[in-house]
Amino acid sequence: MSWDNLLQAGFIISLITSGIRLAVPVLLAVLGEIITERAGVQNLGLEGIMAFGAFAGFAAAFATDSGILGLLAGILAGMLMGLLMGYFAVTLKVNQVIAGISLVLLGQGAANFFYRQIFGVSQRPPRIAGFPEMPIPLLSDIPYLGDILFRHNVVVYLTVLLVILIWIALFETTWGLKVRAVGEHPSAADTSGVNVAGIRYACTILGAAFAGLGGAVLSVAQMKLFTENMVAGRGWIAIALVIFSRWHPGLALAGAVLFGLADALQFRFQALGFEAVPYEFLLMLPYILTIIVLLAGGRRGAAPAALGTPYEKE
Amino acid sequence: MTDRAALPSAHRPSPAMSVLLKGAPVLAVILALLLGALIIAAVGVSPLAAYQSMVKGAFGSPRALTQAGLRAVPLLLISLGLTLAFRSRIWNIGAEGQLYMGAWVAALFALSFPNLPPALMLPGLLLAGFAGGALWGLVPALLRAYLGANEIVTSLLLNYVAIFWVSYQVRLPMKDPTSFLPQSAVLPAPASLPVLPGTRLHIGVILALVLVPLIAFILWKTPLGYRLRVVGSNPDAARFAGIDVPRHIIIVMVISGGLAGVAGMIEVAGVHHRLIQDISPGYGFTAIVVALLGQLNPFGALLASYFFASLVIGADSMQRVVGLPVALTEVIQALVVLFVLASEAFRRHRSRVMG
Repeated sequence: MSWDNLLQAGFIISLITSGIRLAVPVLLAVLGEIITERAGVQNLGLEGIMAFGAFAGFAAAFATDSGILGLLAGILAGMLMGLLMGYFAVTLKVNQVIAGISLVLLGQGAANFFYRQIFGVSQRPPRIAGFPEMPIPLLSDIPYLGDILFRHNVVVYLTVLLVILIWIALFETTWGLKVRAVGEHPSAADTSGVNVAGIRYACTILGAAFAGLGGAVLSVAQMKLFTENMVAGRGWIAIALVIFSRWHPGLALAGAVLFGLADALQFRFQALGFEAVPYEFLLMLPYILTIIVLLAGGRRGAAPAALGTPYEKE
Repeated sequence: MTDRAALPSAHRPSPAMSVLLKGAPVLAVILALLLGALIIAAVGVSPLAAYQSMVKGAFGSPRALTQAGLRAVPLLLISLGLTLAFRSRIWNIGAEGQLYMGAWVAALFALSFPNLPPALMLPGLLLAGFAGGALWGLVPALLRAYLGANEIVTSLLLNYVAIFWVSYQVRLPMKDPTSFLPQSAVLPAPASLPVLPGTRLHIGVILALVLVPLIAFILWKTPLGYRLRVVGSNPDAARFAGIDVPRHIIIVMVISGGLAGVAGMIEVAGVHHRLIQDISPGYGFTAIVVALLGQLNPFGALLASYFFASLVIGADSMQRVVGLPVALTEVIQALVVLFVLASEAFRRHRSRVMG
């Protein structure tokens, strides 16, 4: 394995293709957190919500033999965690940093506990079928581009669709206007008749549903199994990418693909036994890259003004 | 990250209220254990039998008590540092990585100077462990102080980097050539922490216990302690009062990172006697919960760290006896924090209603 091999078209195409695929779970979590934070709630629990979503998704897909039901279970698991976060952040008005961190512990602990209780520990963990590739007719035949963009499973296409939908919802609809008002200036929104608590609850639950779905995509559609620590920091990377994206779905897409590429590079180098660099350094790559990207995102200038601040009616 | 749902430091509760406040963590623990019992029952195990085996495993023998004591040391050291950081609302979530780096630098020091007499070796180890953790804490501190990067995210992501770094070290440069496992050579004899006569406890226990009143002293009797309480309760006022906030962030992160590094050193020199791949079973994360359950008070951290160490020791025997996965303790830990948060919220609500 030498540097020359790395520059061949086949390698690059497969790298970008799997980079896009690997970006999906993170991107879903980022999109959800953008909605949540736009409404003023900072949910730092993504890592735990993704873990719980990954477990619930795997368990449901295993039990029902249906990938779709697995993803739905992930969404439901996320919604439950989001409801909990909403209760603490909106109703109890507690410190959101601490509530988020305890959600991480709760989600990871619950996922590992229930998985071990149900499936036990074995050398060969049970597997599920996952999703087949779904090449888009005609488009997938375009040279290079077809392979990179149009030969994915259905989840990838849906995620891209969600980017556009959330973009429109946040910036072109009355609902989006209300969400942003609640995140920027809750008292003004309240005065003009917007239900601040309601919007915040809805956005927290919706955001967590996305993170739960992201976790389920990881276990159901990508790995096709569940392992402890499989989320491996993706929830935290998502939070970093929210800052990088300046709370905008479009930039989130770019950030997540960048992360996916680093992840794909790391996987590929390991698989190829690329020995010029110890594999631990490759494993560090996505985390270091995320920190650099976070710095590039810069100051908190773009953050919703009321982010993390509970709203008290005067 | 400004919120008025502040930590205890910002409040001046009435004497009656403060008794209630002291009771809140105990109540939170009881409620978390009750909810844990429901979960245990839900998976078809008798909660009574589970908790019995847990209590017996944690408190049933002198050996269990010592084991819990040893487990409590890293939790206490880290949570003392986090107590200082969280009081200033500097959210260091990177203690796990700081522990790994402290362990690595300490092991490197001991293996590089194998012939040092204990009188030099032990202080050297202490400094090395502190330096390793402090430097790893310094990175997010500098990024936060001068580039405005969120320290929660950066310190957290650096955990992974540190863990992979130690994996690499014990697999290649520092690997013991006589072993199949990825681990360093055994540290030289003078680098073993002395054991207290007649026990299995090493002197790390003494160090941690001495630090409790010391950190309390820093917190309440020194200018640094005053500054961190001001920065924590009102960052704008702190700036107005002429406190150099970036410098403050750096000092606090160096102390809390350094203490996590010392915890790593103690695991290497007092427990495993070599650098191993998984030097910490998540001490850095559990210590976050310990600091919060201890109400960001050093004496509270002492009680909470022993309690959580017992919980973990007890969970091991719960797994052996009734077959419940150890991960249940994480769930209980998380529930404890959520109940502490809820009790504070209810207390705030009440004081507002009653004027």
